[in-house]
Amino acid sequence: MGYFHSVRLEEDKCKGCTNCIKHCPTEAIRVREGKARIIQERCIDCGECIRICPNHAKIAVGDGLEALDAYRYRVALPAPAFVSQFAGRADLEHILGALLTLGFDAVYEVALAAEVVARETRRYLDNYRGKKPLISPACPAVVGLIQVRFPSLVEQILPLVTPMDLAARLARREGVRATGLPPEAIGTFFLSPCPAKITAGRQPQEGMAGPDGVIPLAAIYGDIRQRLATAPSCPSRAGASGYGWGHSGGENASIGGRRLLEVDGIHHVIEVLTQIETGDFEDIDYIEAQACPGGCVGGALMVRNPYLARLELRQLTRELPAGRVDLPDPGGSLAMAPVQPRPALLLDADLATALEKMRRLEATQALLPGLDCGSCGSPNCRALAEDIVRGEAQDTDCVFVLRDRVRVLAEEVVELARKLPPSMAQPERGSDNETAGNSGASEFTGPGRGESPGPGG
Amino acid sequence: MNEARPPLELTIPVRAWDFLAGGDGAARVRQVLQQVGFPPAVIRRVAIATYEAEMNIVIHSQGGELKAQITPAVITIIARDTGPGIPDIDLAMQEGYSTAPREIQEMGFGAGMGLPNIRRCADELAIDSMPGKGTVIKIVIYNR
Ligand SMILES: Nc1ncnc2c1ncn2[C@@H]1O[C@H](COP(=O)(O)OP(=O)(O)OP(=O)(O)O)[C@@H](O)[C@H]1O
Ligand code: SF4
Ligand SMILES: [Mg+2]
Repeated sequence: MGYFHSVRLEEDKCKGCTNCIKHCPTEAIRVREGKARIIQERCIDCGECIRICPNHAKIAVGDGLEALDAYRYRVALPAPAFVSQFAGRADLEHILGALLTLGFDAVYEVALAAEVVARETRRYLDNYRGKKPLISPACPAVVGLIQVRFPSLVEQILPLVTPMDLAARLARREGVRATGLPPEAIGTFFLSPCPAKITAGRQPQEGMAGPDGVIPLAAIYGDIRQRLATAPSCPSRAGASGYGWGHSGGENASIGGRRLLEVDGIHHVIEVLTQIETGDFEDIDYIEAQACPGGCVGGALMVRNPYLARLELRQLTRELPAGRVDLPDPGGSLAMAPVQPRPALLLDADLATALEKMRRLEATQALLPGLDCGSCGSPNCRALAEDIVRGEAQDTDCVFVLRDRVRVLAEEVVELARKLPPSMAQPERGSDNETAGNSGASEFTGPGRGESPGPGG
Repeated sequence: MNEARPPLELTIPVRAWDFLAGGDGAARVRQVLQQVGFPPAVIRRVAIATYEAEMNIVIHSQGGELKAQITPAVITIIARDTGPGIPDIDLAMQEGYSTAPREIQEMGFGAGMGLPNIRRCADELAIDSMPGKGTVIKIVIYNR
């Protein structure tokens, strides 16, 4: 309740297949009445369903360029991975310059903010004595995953600002200085590789205000490509280490030193988090975890093949200086409030009631066939059992349970059909060797499975 | 007020020497407790103790099962296996004592910390072992 989500369903494109429900890492989707339904409390906007849907019925809703109109001075905040979509077709200065032709007055590279965050992370790790490993807060889909599925790990999320939010702060300050306008007149727009960042940008948060809007990369991809050739030049101020955040391993490389582990792809992230929960990885200092294959270059709203995008990004950054020596002053604390769990999977707010529901859930699951086929509209048999216990589904939603009920019913019908009213002495059809009577029905009862008569023959 | 209800009971078979599945039982218990809403600190203790008991079945026994009995007030884990048993329980309880062979130690087990860890996590611990017959470990953790 009360969550804004970027990921939505386009009803008329949805065919009600089971692809998305089976891939959702938080089991947040059900098919009901032939259409996918997203359970808002559970959705983490990772974009897995956008990737998997063969009908392109899952979409990400963000801001359009018309949102720029509300501000007098507009700053583009390109994600480090943004440039990977155009690298190889133009140099960095012209990729950034193309943004100025779209209505932006200035560009503030998120890669630059990332370098500030990397330095702060290094300091934090130097002084940290708590439970290890710490987990990066940079990918909001991973943070959401932890909140929903790994609540015991929220306290291991590094409580520092993300490059996106810091870039918004720095860009706003710079805009005020450059124009003399009040901060409200400065609009900062993150150019996003993914729905997770769109949602994160909209989430009200304590501490640092994020960007004023988030524009999905896919929405401006065509425009930018068109303008690359004629774009003005806009100098880059970030270094290779900041741009490295756009692909897996880059964040760790820019932090440097220590034992830092990187993992990409949400299902791989789940494996690692599961192991952290069991107490493994305690000798690792920091985990860079990114929901997308290859990192943000593989974001669900990116256009290029992720592996090609990673190659192009690496190639482009090779020509950049390693990093900025004179990093901008962050202008205040980079600390963030600790992340809270999202109890979306809880069976009940009352523990005793929840336990009772769990008992019923386990018992219900034991009666289901265990095929995890998804035909019921829930992602697997256990999820259907859970939906039943929550009162949102019934056991006959399972085609196998239904088939069995129908069979029992059919047998009863046949049995009833065999019964004759006492007033009738003889079978209606009067064929001579038929011995049917009231007692004849008994041959259809009992355990004779397998070749029982079909219901409608 | 709900004390009269029977506990939730989970039974999870544990196969000897199955290192791929080893740990799944504890993970399942953890997931159930999380979805029911036990406090994280309680869940952590249960999960660690269950994991150590489970891995001891995997590594040191010929196979067995985990049983979890869960009420709002108390969680009981019973790890039972079919042998070979522990000849000297006091010795086995000592930190650093392990009979794990080298190849197991190379996998990162066999520090002799499992049983001491269980004792740290448990409010009550009872080990019953008969050489040749098997071992039963009963772990009780209160929700408070
Ligand atoms: N279920 C069991 N059956 C037979 N012997 C056991 C069993 N559980 C423990 N032991 C014996 O007790 C010893 C100590 O167990 P403990 O769990 O403390 O350490 P470990 O399993 O050897 O190493 P670690 O748990 O640190 O990986 C074991 O090495 C083994 O000899
Ligand atoms: S890895 Fe990057 S692109 Fe993918 S969800 Fe996370 S922040 Fe977004
Ligand atoms: Mg052990």
